[in-house]
Amino acid sequence: MSLQLDEHGRLRHFLTTEGLPRPLLTQILDTAESFTGVIGKSIKKVPLLRGRTVMNLFFEASTRTRTTFELAAKRLSADVLNINISTSATVKGESLLDMLRNLEAMQCDMFVVRHADSGAAHFIARNAAPGVSVINAGDGRHAHPTQAMLDMFTIRRHKREFEPLRVAIVGDILHSRVARSQIHALNGLGAGEVRVIAPRTLLPHDIESLGVKVFHDIRAGLADVDVVIMLRLQKERMSGALLPSESEFFRLYGLTEEKLSVAKPDAIVMHPGPINRGVEIESAVADGPRSVILEQVTNGIAVRMAVMSMALGTGGENA
Amino acid sequence: MNNIVLSGGRIVDPANGLDTEADLFVSEGRIAGIGEAPSGFRAEQTLDVGGQIVCPGLIDLAARPREPGATHKATIASEARAAAAGGITTLCCPPDSQPVVDSTSVVELIRRREREAAGAKILPYGALTKGLAGEQLTEMAALKAAGCAAMADGGHVIRNSLVLRRAMEYAGSFKLPVLLTPKDPWLSEGGLIHEGHVATRLGLTGIPAAAETAALGRDLALVQQTGVRTHFGRLSTAAGANQIARAQQQGLPVTADVAALQLFLTEMDLWDFNTACQVDPPVRSDSDRAALRQAVANGQIAAICSDHQPHEPDAKDGPMGTSSPGASGLDSLLPLVLRLVDEGVLPLMDALARVTSNPAHILGLEAGSLAVGRVADICVFDPKAVWWFNAETMHSMGKNSPFLGWEFTGRVTHTLVDGRLVYRLSQQ
Repeated sequence: MSLQLDEHGRLRHFLTTEGLPRPLLTQILDTAESFTGVIGKSIKKVPLLRGRTVMNLFFEASTRTRTTFELAAKRLSADVLNINISTSATVKGESLLDMLRNLEAMQCDMFVVRHADSGAAHFIARNAAPGVSVINAGDGRHAHPTQAMLDMFTIRRHKREFEPLRVAIVGDILHSRVARSQIHALNGLGAGEVRVIAPRTLLPHDIESLGVKVFHDIRAGLADVDVVIMLRLQKERMSGALLPSESEFFRLYGLTEEKLSVAKPDAIVMHPGPINRGVEIESAVADGPRSVILEQVTNGIAVRMAVMSMALGTGGENA
Repeated sequence: MNNIVLSGGRIVDPANGLDTEADLFVSEGRIAGIGEAPSGFRAEQTLDVGGQIVCPGLIDLAARPREPGATHKATIASEARAAAAGGITTLCCPPDSQPVVDSTSVVELIRRREREAAGAKILPYGALTKGLAGEQLTEMAALKAAGCAAMADGGHVIRNSLVLRRAMEYAGSFKLPVLLTPKDPWLSEGGLIHEGHVATRLGLTGIPAAAETAALGRDLALVQQTGVRTHFGRLSTAAGANQIARAQQQGLPVTADVAALQLFLTEMDLWDFNTACQVDPPVRSDSDRAALRQAVANGQIAAICSDHQPHEPDAKDGPMGTSSPGASGLDSLLPLVLRLVDEGVLPLMDALARVTSNPAHILGLEAGSLAVGRVADICVFDPKAVWWFNAETMHSMGKNSPFLGWEFTGRVTHTLVDGRLVYRLSQQ
């Protein structure tokens, strides 16, 4: 999807991790690494985006993702506008395109978009004025590329290299934009083996075509893995005949110390949050020594700073 | 009145297996002679069609002119003229307009608009059930008398199998063919594109092939039970085409059509969220497309239709979940059929049969033949003309075609409806 790269192969929008060349994925991680120094300082700001305006367009409620994007933009010295659209114009029947035109008239440089429809960020990027960058903060079930990159960042900090890694993604793959973006990012970075573990009702058709091995049995799937990524299971999945009950799901796919014992001894446990304790993961694991879940949240700021500065053409100076 | 000679063309008439260079004489709205003028014939107008192909006007088994109900998308006037410009002389329209074609007054309204339009004929299908709600039968005998050629589900599957059975039997009592669009309502719920690797990548809910085959299974069982002649519209899967072929081998009175775009597009065309290719039923896999082409070639799928669904630009301008399915198809129907010939899928005579004599046979229409005495619905096209298909060359009000920017060979130059010249390509 060349929509997100300019003619020199540089990041123009960040819409998906699919199809991104490995050097670019690595550059995002390296740039994020350079920003972690900034975050550690007492004055947590760099002037890279001074005078630029970033607009957070959230058509779907989100606290965590919106907050980290806001923090990232502020640490780059950008001006930030938060627009919560579920309570705003679309309710009045304004089309997405009309709204876009109106917001562009306010002279912003970047849209950070979350939307319930797959492809919404692509649509906005395709229709945005030249010079305006679009960062996908989650579109439907399609992609959540900054979440995937902060996960890659966290993995790299713990494991250094991707090639030797076995990574298992467990749970509701079907509805997960995070899982799709993680799979593309892991394969793009050369991870040794990517596994998905779920019952068939929570796996999209032909998921193997994304370059993963499918397991329905968590014990077989977790054997000798280096990284375990748990996904959130929405309560509403109990309807629509996808699953019989939360308790059966937890019994079969919930991550416990006992199930984790077949993974490598130094395996790390990740979760994009928010966690459903006792549904997809038990507290002993979520709060245990192998969990890096809170690190993921911290790393989200540096990774989003990296993507925003690169898309606005200023990331290279810092990297 | 109105004696016309089409002079020097190559007449290709699948209904009569005719492929010959000859003059064609039209008089009083009917074919008056081929090769030889009828006695006493005095031409009032001579159209020089040397080097061009003269065939029966196309009969399109599924086109939605959007009127009544959605005239911001298109009107009967605009689409009857667009059809004529595409060589189509009969547009058969599913009953899912607003209001639904479930009473004779709606049929009369459509007929009135048709007369004002002066383009292709408009042939509405009657709804099998009131409001297409799948509960109460319509007054089918009255609808037939008002001019409905067949009874259809209008893309709204009748969920209750008993109601469907009764509707089929009732329609069969009046020798009305039944037109069904097989789609399991539960398996297709919320689906936007074909359930395959593209849907998986794009994070879109898929419509599995089983949505078609499961519905076909039930419907074919009812055809077997009732013996009512049934036509299945807009097949999209290899397995569905197989089911039709098997049913035909068993001697069931079933026929089927496919939308022209299904023979050219696949799920890969939806890559990058291309809403222009979002249609219902969805374009499917490469192997489905190949099997549909095969079934068209061997006649198991007897007809190719436009599945014309014009939209205003806004309807397609949004993310996939908010955009409307459907493609504008009148302008591209004949060009795509001719491309099948170019690509060696089937010979010209057979290809033209899929859009002329076969659909006429399915509905029991008089049109679709150039035999002397038949109604003079005629399409003339230049088989060598190369042209760019784009929003400017399209005639339909809906410019939502997946084929914008394609180059086609073969272009309509004249169209006659009831012996009247309703379209002539302007010289460029």
